[in-house]
Amino acid sequence: MTQLFDCRDAFANALVSLARADRRIVTVVNDSIGSSKITNFGEEFPGRLVNVGIAEQNMVGIAAGLANGGKIPFVCAASCFLTARALEQIKVDVAYSNANVKLCGMSSGLAYGELGPTHHSIEDLAWTRAIANMTVIVPADPIETEQAICAAAHFKGPMFLRISRMPVPIIHATDYHFEIGRAACLREGNDITLIANGTVVIRALQAAMLLAERGVQARVLNLATVRPIDREAIVQAATQTSGIVTLEEHTIFGGLGSAVAEVVVTTHPVPMRILGIQGVFAPTGSAPWLLDYFGLTPIAIRDAALELIEARQPV
Amino acid sequence: MLNDPRELCARANSIRRRNLIMLNHAGLGHTGGDLSATDILATLYFSILNIDPQVPDKADRDRFILSKGHCSGVLYTTLAEAGFIPLAELDTFMQPLSRLNGHPNRNKVPGVETNTGALGHGLPVAIGTALAAKFDDATWRTFVLTGDGELQEGSNWEAAMAAAHYKLDDLVLIIDRNRLQQGDATERTMHLEPLADKWRAFGWSVREVDGHDHAVLLGTFRSVPFELGKPSCVIAHTYKGQGVSFIRDRAEWHHRVPSKDELTIALEELGDNGHDPAL
Repeated sequence: MTQLFDCRDAFANALVSLARADRRIVTVVNDSIGSSKITNFGEEFPGRLVNVGIAEQNMVGIAAGLANGGKIPFVCAASCFLTARALEQIKVDVAYSNANVKLCGMSSGLAYGELGPTHHSIEDLAWTRAIANMTVIVPADPIETEQAICAAAHFKGPMFLRISRMPVPIIHATDYHFEIGRAACLREGNDITLIANGTVVIRALQAAMLLAERGVQARVLNLATVRPIDREAIVQAATQTSGIVTLEEHTIFGGLGSAVAEVVVTTHPVPMRILGIQGVFAPTGSAPWLLDYFGLTPIAIRDAALELIEARQPV
Repeated sequence: MLNDPRELCARANSIRRRNLIMLNHAGLGHTGGDLSATDILATLYFSILNIDPQVPDKADRDRFILSKGHCSGVLYTTLAEAGFIPLAELDTFMQPLSRLNGHPNRNKVPGVETNTGALGHGLPVAIGTALAAKFDDATWRTFVLTGDGELQEGSNWEAAMAAAHYKLDDLVLIIDRNRLQQGDATERTMHLEPLADKWRAFGWSVREVDGHDHAVLLGTFRSVPFELGKPSCVIAHTYKGQGVSFIRDRAEWHHRVPSKDELTIALEELGDNGHDPAL
């Protein structure tokens, strides 16, 4: 059985390591110390953890002010509340003001499964990537999470990172090098391209194995940076393979699939399938169950790819 | 640094004159709120704030945050008077590609600390800057100016709790209490009173002052923090449109600007105090 990891652990460990080396690093939370797994950070740096209570607008505004005062604030809060409740602060205080704030949307997507749509954060990529100046990153495993947090600390400017609590396997090699704005090719192939990020990258890899059993070689791209997007990797996929299937733990309106489609239709149009949550509030169910429910099973992904290939065959 | 309230009064008059000329030229702006806040800004910029127009981003500067960002007119005019931007640039206010947008942008205009325009944003950001100074045991201070109608935004009250919780006595909130908002009186739109009691109940040290009396403003700002361990709140009682009889205390002048004829009368009323012969 493959070992599974909660990316919040890699996130929290990376933050503590960074904070030891750089006094400017502080955290800002909305009573979300435990849920962000940053108890250790608070114990080691009690004077550098600002808990504003349950007040997301104030939380993001304070982070912008801390950045003005020379700090590097990491806001750690459930993505649903951080992005929805404080969206205007994210737009104005952070992005428009170009404040050096790192917004860490914890337990994003469907991670809070059974708790229902108030706690689901399936619109956060659409909202944040629509805002100028924002860099938007969705790590897929602990290795990428750790590197993305380090990259965030060294990058000057506003950033939104999605940090899931949904257990995922390690998918990157230990020598993997994360780079902001660069897609990672996890599997070579020239028949079709599967593009994913975050918790569903593993499902893309599983679907690619199923496709290989049918003689179809799928390229798998981990598009961790949604903005700025890796146009080159997408154009290559469009020109070198017969179509693109995107999958995301997000609504299909405005997320990863939309971002890829924006590049594809304006450069080298090829047929696409956009898999994700089909514009509805999710029913009750666990996070993995909901991903299956919304058609993100390896088999459903394989079938979407096969349909795309069949549709392209000349009659 | 000006120490004489009469000199501050002359500065404020100069700012008012330039501001009205600028608003008339642009045909856009927020005349009423600009004029209610003018004496507060003049006092801060010319007698209180430790700032340097030659090094606008020096790390230990005092922070001034204009939360009522729609009153960018008075901010730009004051920044120009203080040497942060050229006086001639005021002619570009709200013109295409001007740095001087209808609401201030820190990435374009030196001396602006955070972008505002949406209301209820300045105080939370000010909590952040004040906290940053506390973390570093630094001596620089944060001053934030809000409107009064703006206090209807709930984010202010989240911030009000936090400032007292973190004992931010390096933070000074100034409320431009002109009693009017865009459409009507604040008290007819959404009650704010008893305003001083509210801030006291939230843990602030509060003083109510005449927001147009430079001697009083000077004395007030020089005596912060009012109490150690508490954030200071100055409720500055003001009039929208202060300084011009037909603009003063009238809600319709929230975002009306003077015509050419109105400007002439307004400048006559304000009078040439001899501060700047160019005007």
